[in-house]
Amino acid sequence: MVKELLTGNKATAYGAMLARAQVIPAYPITPQTTIVERIADLISEGRMETKFVKVESEHSAMAAAVAASNTGARAFTATSSHGLALMHEVLIWAAGARTPVVVVNVNRALGPPWSVWADHQDAMAQRDTGILQFWCENNQEILDTVIMAHKVAEDPDIMLPALINQDAFFLSHTSEPVDVPDQKMVDDFLPPFNPKEKLDVDDPKGFGSLVMPPQYMEFRANMARSMDRARDLIRKVDKEWEGLTGRSYGGMMDMYRCEDAESILFGAGTMMSTAKDVVDDMRNEGRKVGIARLRIFRPFPVDEIRYLADSVKAIGVMDRTYTFGQGGPLYNEVNAQLYNHTNQPFTKNYVIGVGGRDVVPRHIRSLFDDLEKVRENGYGEEGEIHWWGLLDGKTPREEM
Amino acid sequence: MPGTIDEIPITPINTTNSTAVKTGGWRAFRPICDTDKCIKCWSCWKFCPDVSIAIGEDGPIYDYDHCKGCGICANVCPVKCIEMIPENK
Repeated sequence: MVKELLTGNKATAYGAMLARAQVIPAYPITPQTTIVERIADLISEGRMETKFVKVESEHSAMAAAVAASNTGARAFTATSSHGLALMHEVLIWAAGARTPVVVVNVNRALGPPWSVWADHQDAMAQRDTGILQFWCENNQEILDTVIMAHKVAEDPDIMLPALINQDAFFLSHTSEPVDVPDQKMVDDFLPPFNPKEKLDVDDPKGFGSLVMPPQYMEFRANMARSMDRARDLIRKVDKEWEGLTGRSYGGMMDMYRCEDAESILFGAGTMMSTAKDVVDDMRNEGRKVGIARLRIFRPFPVDEIRYLADSVKAIGVMDRTYTFGQGGPLYNEVNAQLYNHTNQPFTKNYVIGVGGRDVVPRHIRSLFDDLEKVRENGYGEEGEIHWWGLLDGKTPREEM
Repeated sequence: MPGTIDEIPITPINTTNSTAVKTGGWRAFRPICDTDKCIKCWSCWKFCPDVSIAIGEDGPIYDYDHCKGCGICANVCPVKCIEMIPENK
């Protein structure tokens, strides 16, 4: 194992190299571009034996990745924001074709207003495609997750594509020390991809053909079952990785100081690292607070949310995007798991950090204060959904 | 075809060669080659998107069971010896 100073994008490229991705069709987009550049470097340096395919769009990138996966090759690609939106149709195809392509998405806001900064709308908008979703908070987790995601996605009981999310610039362009695992260890952990059925010119078959209404529903139910089965496998693969490297990401959910916590904040990405730091300070002050960080969005961590609901009094849900119409996507998902559950803690939605706006320690502290205040006094005029820190013309910007 | 969720493959897989599926009935215009003018450059053969042209002794041989009448062959022909004739004539 070698420790290197890597940006999230370099960690992504190293992950693809260690996973021995055989085909990488990719199209550059800010802030993902340096992933593609680094992969091209690794190939030209002779460190990666990979067929790199230059394509004319993200739609084509994903289509080529699906076709490669159909031939039995391990396929990988990376994109961001509008690029992921353009891939949408083919993500659905990849899931239905049961081609376990791994896609790294650098979470970036969609325009207009034009923005290249961190925001989670791109990934959340892919919720219903049938793709597994992993979420990362640091560069080590990105590298490790690329390897683990291939193992989960390619399992014969799963065979679904996987999306790995990392925040624009906070991770993609920020250097952190990252342990780069030995190739031998990764090879033992992740065997070559070998699907049961594959495209073969000597034994021609058609994939993804027409079925009639009496059959279609069974194929979809089969996908749903595989998605459900992924929960146990994700927990198992996380434990196996911990045994090899000492690093666990909590299986289906990353819970930080949640034991005996009364109030917790639930959210995704880098802002949750800041939140963990604040929780340490608040714990020292005697506050019973904790952090639940989204690790897996699809399949959703139903058991983990309900486990927390059995002990905590309030869950504040931080959404770095919004489902226009009603609530943030994580808030809606959390509430959905609680309705049919015996214990229902108080919940409130904080829409925060949208479009890369900074989420700093004092924000996290204010969220906990607000959560406790509102739990005792009711939602009030504000309601259950609060866009946190909107400029009001009275409060100085630095205090928002 | 098997029915239950435990019997089906994970995705539909078809072992029937697509030549068995005749789709030429979609055609509205039929390509006809004037073989006297044909210079046998085989541009039509190369550009046909449906592999419906075979190389013949006097010019292209059309597979009308699969040709959908897109007209690309007529368009790329450098000597314009392929005419698209309406099927209802």
